[in-house]
Amino acid sequence: MSTLIQTDRFALSETERSAIEHEMHHYEDPRAASIEALKIVQKARGWVPDGAADAIGAILGIPASDVEGVATFYSQIFRQPVGRHIIRVCDSMTCFIGGHESILDAIGQQLGIAPGQTTADGRFTLIPVCCLGNCDKAPALMIDDDTFGDVRADGVAALLEAYP
Amino acid sequence: MATIHVDGKAYEVDGADNLLHACLSLGLDVPYFCWHPALGSVGACRQCAVKQYQDENDTRGRLVMSCMTPASDKTWISIDDEEAKAFRASVVEWLMINHPHDCPVCEEGGHCHLQDMTVMTGHNQRRYRFTKRTHQNQELGPFIAHEMNRCIACYRCVRYYNDYAGGTDLGVFGAHDNVYFGRVEDGVLESEFAGNLTEVCPTGVFTDKTHSERYTRKWDMQFAPSICHNCSAGCNISPGERYGEIRRVENRFNGDVNHYFLCDRGRFGYGFVNRKDRPRQPVMMLSGMKMGVDAALDQAAALLKGRTVIGIGSPRASLESNHALRELVGAENYYTGIAAQELANLQLICQVLETGPLPTPSMREIEAHDAVFVLGEDLTQTAARLALALRQAVKGKATEIAAAAKIPEWHQAAVQNVAQQARSPLFIASVSETRLDDVATQSVQAAPQDLARLGFAVAHAIDPSAPAVSGLEPEAAALAQRIADALLAGQRPLIVSGASLGSRDVIEAAANIAQALKNREKNASISLVVPEANSMGIAMLVADDQGDKSVDAALQALTSGRGDALLVLENDLYRRAPVAAVDAALAAAKIVIAADHQITETAKKAHLVLPVGSFAESDGTLVSQEGRAQRFFQVFDPSYYDSGNLVREGWRWLHALHATRQNQPVDWTQLDQVTEACAAAHPRLAGIRGAAPKADFRIRGMKLAREPHRYSGRTAMRANINVSEPRQPQDRDSAFAFSMEGYAGSAEDRQQIPFAWSPGWNSPQAWNKFQDEVGGHLRAGDPGVRLIEPTGERNTWFAVNPAFAPEKGQWQAVPLHHLFGSEETSARAAPIQARMPEPYVALNKAEADRLAVNEGARLTLSLDGQTLHLPLRILDDLPLGVIGLPVGLAGIPAVFADARVTDIQEAAQ
Repeated sequence: MSTLIQTDRFALSETERSAIEHEMHHYEDPRAASIEALKIVQKARGWVPDGAADAIGAILGIPASDVEGVATFYSQIFRQPVGRHIIRVCDSMTCFIGGHESILDAIGQQLGIAPGQTTADGRFTLIPVCCLGNCDKAPALMIDDDTFGDVRADGVAALLEAYP
Repeated sequence: MATIHVDGKAYEVDGADNLLHACLSLGLDVPYFCWHPALGSVGACRQCAVKQYQDENDTRGRLVMSCMTPASDKTWISIDDEEAKAFRASVVEWLMINHPHDCPVCEEGGHCHLQDMTVMTGHNQRRYRFTKRTHQNQELGPFIAHEMNRCIACYRCVRYYNDYAGGTDLGVFGAHDNVYFGRVEDGVLESEFAGNLTEVCPTGVFTDKTHSERYTRKWDMQFAPSICHNCSAGCNISPGERYGEIRRVENRFNGDVNHYFLCDRGRFGYGFVNRKDRPRQPVMMLSGMKMGVDAALDQAAALLKGRTVIGIGSPRASLESNHALRELVGAENYYTGIAAQELANLQLICQVLETGPLPTPSMREIEAHDAVFVLGEDLTQTAARLALALRQAVKGKATEIAAAAKIPEWHQAAVQNVAQQARSPLFIASVSETRLDDVATQSVQAAPQDLARLGFAVAHAIDPSAPAVSGLEPEAAALAQRIADALLAGQRPLIVSGASLGSRDVIEAAANIAQALKNREKNASISLVVPEANSMGIAMLVADDQGDKSVDAALQALTSGRGDALLVLENDLYRRAPVAAVDAALAAAKIVIAADHQITETAKKAHLVLPVGSFAESDGTLVSQEGRAQRFFQVFDPSYYDSGNLVREGWRWLHALHATRQNQPVDWTQLDQVTEACAAAHPRLAGIRGAAPKADFRIRGMKLAREPHRYSGRTAMRANINVSEPRQPQDRDSAFAFSMEGYAGSAEDRQQIPFAWSPGWNSPQAWNKFQDEVGGHLRAGDPGVRLIEPTGERNTWFAVNPAFAPEKGQWQAVPLHHLFGSEETSARAAPIQARMPEPYVALNKAEADRLAVNEGARLTLSLDGQTLHLPLRILDDLPLGVIGLPVGLAGIPAVFADARVTDIQEAAQ
């Protein structure tokens, strides 16, 4: 039996609901709004709890399993609680050559977390990402919506400081 | 036609096919996973790669996926090419990276497509030596077990479950090398066709949980070609037995009927065969005294001596057994065991099909109709496999759109993409929401009388010479016009109706639509669903008899004293007639003998019970709703494991009793003789002779093996009884041997195939090797004989019935059918019981509000003077003025269609 299933009840807020309904009308087939709906929930809550699949499915008129399929397909839809800030460290070819591992090590030393983990204080979550389109400034990383290039291990601490 | 060159050899193939389909149809082995004859191509697994060349001079070639490449004229390919072989070996190695290699403990082992394909590609050395990705499994209900670690991610399960069968609760989650096929959370797989996952899945992710409880490898089971007895659809099944128990039911391919798929009642409802409480010796019920065959026959003959015996047959028993009963008691004393109203409707259906204007399509042909009107049937509950066929029929539109875009039908993902939600028109008119409404253009709910009037209005809208319906509401008239327009616009319209509502009007309305379509010269069909496996056969058996052949007339014959003894064949009278009437008849009868394979309520009140075989222990013929006579064959001989087991075919008991009574020797020693006698006595049934080969049928001088040639343990299986191995049981009744000796292959054409196996093909995909083309028809012709072809001689109209007009304080009872629960024998199987609803009474929400009662409230109601206590189920779409009762569940009257209900109130706590 699966133990990963949360049993607490999930209800969309009125804002989320109306945002999804608004988004849905941009498409001929409401199914097409699945990703946007998940992003709306994630924006409001930081992540997408299990019950959201049912709730979104009910609005879009599609099975919950289809919503869940989309939600689990995309690595940037978070299915577990994450920290206040998301650090995305690029591990694609250019950044790999450019020394992305030293960046990961520096973050690890600073925050005590490995990729996929969240700091105990819930401040940061560290995840790898496979390209930020910033290859000319490798190694690159992103914190929330801010992209940083030519990152050096000794500059990591200063970068993190800006995100309380 | 097209010429393709495979490894230098030229073949003629259908150019509309893809290369994989063409090669497999030619008998060439190309391994594959994601492709399935019924699901088409998506090119996902990359296993069927072959090398294609520009022309005969090209020596380099390039790899293509054979399932995604058209078999166009002058195609040059190589299956044996070294690069192609190496590629295929790599693909299976990649697919197997995370596979647990747990074949010894996996229930798929021995009939596993993955095993077959792995052997075929020659992948026999594992190189991956790292940690494998693992999954948590889900609890998917009483039918299906889940073991995700075995998954090779071919996507067949979701393509079947969602795209083919219309399920909504199986999905695929995750991405790249971590995908998971399952439900959003644990729970019962909701589709009524979920069981087919066990055959569609090429490996052991979805396996048969009912089989798991008494597991045996495919090669260790004994099989026979059989027919599902759980509804009138007549699906072909292949039950497997070991140690005197049915272990599983697998689909048996019949290209005219069920082809690759069954419903879950058919697949998982076999448990009644294995019940410990079945009668296995003749038994005097009062004293509990058991006796031998001869003693029982003498006893029965003595009990019946000098008495007028009323014989009650059964629509769940074979034609042969019913005929033997009729011979025993005489035509005038033989009754069908069917309630009067139902029998009258069956006879009407027979008449409509025999003398009406339109043919009945085979189940496979239903899929080819492009405009469908379902009138009064909840098909998913009453003849589920037909509902699955209709789900394919509505996809005709998608195929049409795709064809216009030059996309071949087999290109499944592209067809689906270009057509989006487009479907052929399907209209459903029923008393309550059905599980097919999701693909309907429009569905409407009304009381049976109003459904019939809608049908009559459709007929009139199609052909104005059909009687008009006066006083129809404007919306209903507009809907009737829409349905008529859709049927007239179709190339092949189909009207589906049946007896499940117990409404004569509904059937007559369907007949009028058929007539109207014929008058407009449409190439149309009509399909009428009947209640039970042999309802159609029994109706044909008594079609020429005089007098009332209903169970009610039989009970009357006993209570009136015209008969003073009763012989009941495979029938529980309490499921056919009111309790008081049955009680009175049983009390009036001096002697009651029941011949059944279950201890029914009727059998409990018999003086003597004769143990007759279920479908698994006997042979016989059934007639499906299509009018197709099909033979089912004995799977095993129960006395082999227990000489005290005296279960015999119904017809064998009854004929022996007949002979004993007349002090004559037994004439019928073989099934063929009974079938012949039945065919000779009933001209309508003359065709049943040809329903299957006779007992002297041989292939290369051999009988046909019931057991795979690897069948093991035979010398030991009776060692607990006696270390000397007895001779295998001899089967005089059929061409099959209770043995692995005999013909079991696919090279010789044959219709009756106990189990699908061909060298290298152990999974159900072995059916490829028996077909004219893969997914088509059996090379020897599909089993069964159609008995009814319409003469068209009747061309009068049925008159329109009055509208439903409920009186204040009164309701009309309507039957609601349940796939799990409404059928008598499958409801005795534990896994089916786990899915059966509790008995209930259903009311519309507005009615419940008016009565101030809530969902689940215990109600009392009076039905034709009988008081019922049932919890309330609110069905929003149930028409006003009717109450719904679930057919066949405990505490629900046997016959209630049309009955008047009064005095509904909440029971005092």
